[in-house]
Amino acid sequence: MEFLRDLWGYFKVRKKYWLLPVIIMLLLFGALIVFTSGSAIAPFIYTIF
Amino acid sequence: MAEAILGLSAYYHDSAAAILVDGKIIAAAQEERFTRKKHDSSFPVNAARYVLEEAGLELDSVEAVAFYDKPYLKFERLLETYHAFAPRGLKSFLLAMPVWIKEKLFMRKMLREELSEIGTGKPKILFPEHHLSHAASAFYPSPFDEAAILTVDGVGEWATTTIGHGKINKIDILRELDFPHSLGLLYSAFTYYCGFKVNSGEYKLMGLSPYGNPDSDEVKKWKRVILEELVDVREDGSFLLNMNYFDYATGLTMCNDALWKRLFGIHRRELESELTQPDMNLALAIQQVTEEILLRLAKTAKEITSSNRLVMAGGVALNCVANGKLIRRNIFEDIWIQPAAGDAGGALGAAYAAWHIGKEKNREIIPDQDSMEGAYLGPEFSSVDVVRIARKYQTPFKYYSNFDELCKYVAELLAQGKIVGWFQGRMEYGPRALGNRSILGDPRHPEMQKRLNLKIKYREGFRPFAPSVLEEDTREYFEIDFHSPYMLLVAPVQKKHRNPLPENYHHLDLFEKLYHLRSDIPAVTHVDYSARIQTVNKNTNHRFWNLINAFKQETGYGMLVNTSFNVRGEPIVCNPDDAYKCFMTTEMDCLVMEQFLFLKENQRDL
Repeated sequence: MEFLRDLWGYFKVRKKYWLLPVIIMLLLFGALIVFTSGSAIAPFIYTIF
Repeated sequence: MAEAILGLSAYYHDSAAAILVDGKIIAAAQEERFTRKKHDSSFPVNAARYVLEEAGLELDSVEAVAFYDKPYLKFERLLETYHAFAPRGLKSFLLAMPVWIKEKLFMRKMLREELSEIGTGKPKILFPEHHLSHAASAFYPSPFDEAAILTVDGVGEWATTTIGHGKINKIDILRELDFPHSLGLLYSAFTYYCGFKVNSGEYKLMGLSPYGNPDSDEVKKWKRVILEELVDVREDGSFLLNMNYFDYATGLTMCNDALWKRLFGIHRRELESELTQPDMNLALAIQQVTEEILLRLAKTAKEITSSNRLVMAGGVALNCVANGKLIRRNIFEDIWIQPAAGDAGGALGAAYAAWHIGKEKNREIIPDQDSMEGAYLGPEFSSVDVVRIARKYQTPFKYYSNFDELCKYVAELLAQGKIVGWFQGRMEYGPRALGNRSILGDPRHPEMQKRLNLKIKYREGFRPFAPSVLEEDTREYFEIDFHSPYMLLVAPVQKKHRNPLPENYHHLDLFEKLYHLRSDIPAVTHVDYSARIQTVNKNTNHRFWNLINAFKQETGYGMLVNTSFNVRGEPIVCNPDDAYKCFMTTEMDCLVMEQFLFLKENQRDL
């Protein structure tokens, strides 16, 4: 719930609603991939993290 | 009841924790010092435990936890960047997304879980922006009630550079330059191309730049190439990078090697391979461009704020060569730079932002004195702890009940050319050792730089060392009118202390240049007659001042070589155990911990 509240807070401020379907799709597919394939290991990429 | 804010930086590099109680800094420390993992980016569980303990608080009595950036905003930047560059960056996208979807988008939950390891309670979690955290870390602890604020680093969420204005307890961000146009990343790209590690090798590139020949056609040509092809700098210091040449926005490296090879005509230097004159000239060219951009940004900050004072933070503010030039241009009457200017300092800035901006608390300003307590904000250890270590390693030592006597003896050892590990009081916050976790030597000794680099620090021979000088003696040795308590300014050595250069100086190779005796304090005089200075104030660090003063009584020179107490690839030592192990694994001659003296000749092998 906290996550959804924070996400809503973000959209209210930034108003970048076009990102909403992107995030939903990523969460759905991501959840499927991540939770079926073990841990997410962070690669070392300067600007990503 | 006292109100406490816990500031955190984590999950990128240099994680740290800091605590403010009623707006006053009680403690701050980097996680790497506890875990012994350099630039440790994991949640700072040890550092957070320590700062809470130092404040005498449990987590449940903390009012709020401030994390140093906004994860959603950063995620927005990632998505928009991948979208803008698509289909380039697919590989990087596929690598990055699982981490974000599984962990980083749920930062609040993740932080709560980590905090539950430290204690009970559910403090509010706040997320001030990355550059606001840097700005807060620069302005609020500064001695100024009003100042222009300049923050420059690699990247936070979107911002890479900001100009702001601070007034009492308010900060207004007035200008912002966004990713991918970043001075920090431009410098890092050259760090990578010159064969150093991104994120930690930037100091080395800066240290290498004075070996470049400023009069050579190569430096002039490359500077022109950088300004014409790589970065379009405007009059106000804003700039655009030509992203065709850079790979960091969506790729897995900093720049496009093939295009850079075509541009500069030299291959990327392999890690640890031999340094050549073109590498040094390239380092000088990018250093000059960086300085030019910073100077323009500072002028713009002056114009739009009309302030006579400047405060700075962000990784680029650790470029002390550029800082020294900025000071000498007299754009501002006074400049203050946050000693933990990199991301570790974001923890402190986030806490300050939560206190003064979030809670709108007023600010107490002590004129001419900052609130950083000399950056001595980390853990300290007692005589009992030192004795325990001596017992653990069954090692002989001598205890001095009179500190002045100890200083006198150590000064004699230093004057004989001995190298001394010096461990006193609270550990420093930020990348510099400022006399509490330091390795010290005699700056007059012609072999000192070589010995320290090769036999103590086990690092590249070309790297320079910094002097710690009695504040009142600064002008005697250096052309500078400012105090530099945090070793963040580079200034020229006074002419009367210099030796003339041979005519063919710029044609000598790196080590011939390096070992030419340039002054009567050769160990701290870089090849361009500059030095990165720490001015030591009697009140801020009485013990260190006493030792340097004892050395002055012995030799006439109120100055010592000061380098951080660590070896290459390791963080600065934190506790007596770390210090003793470092002492024993290097060729240091003696170790002083509090009032205990350990001589190498009396030690048994570990």
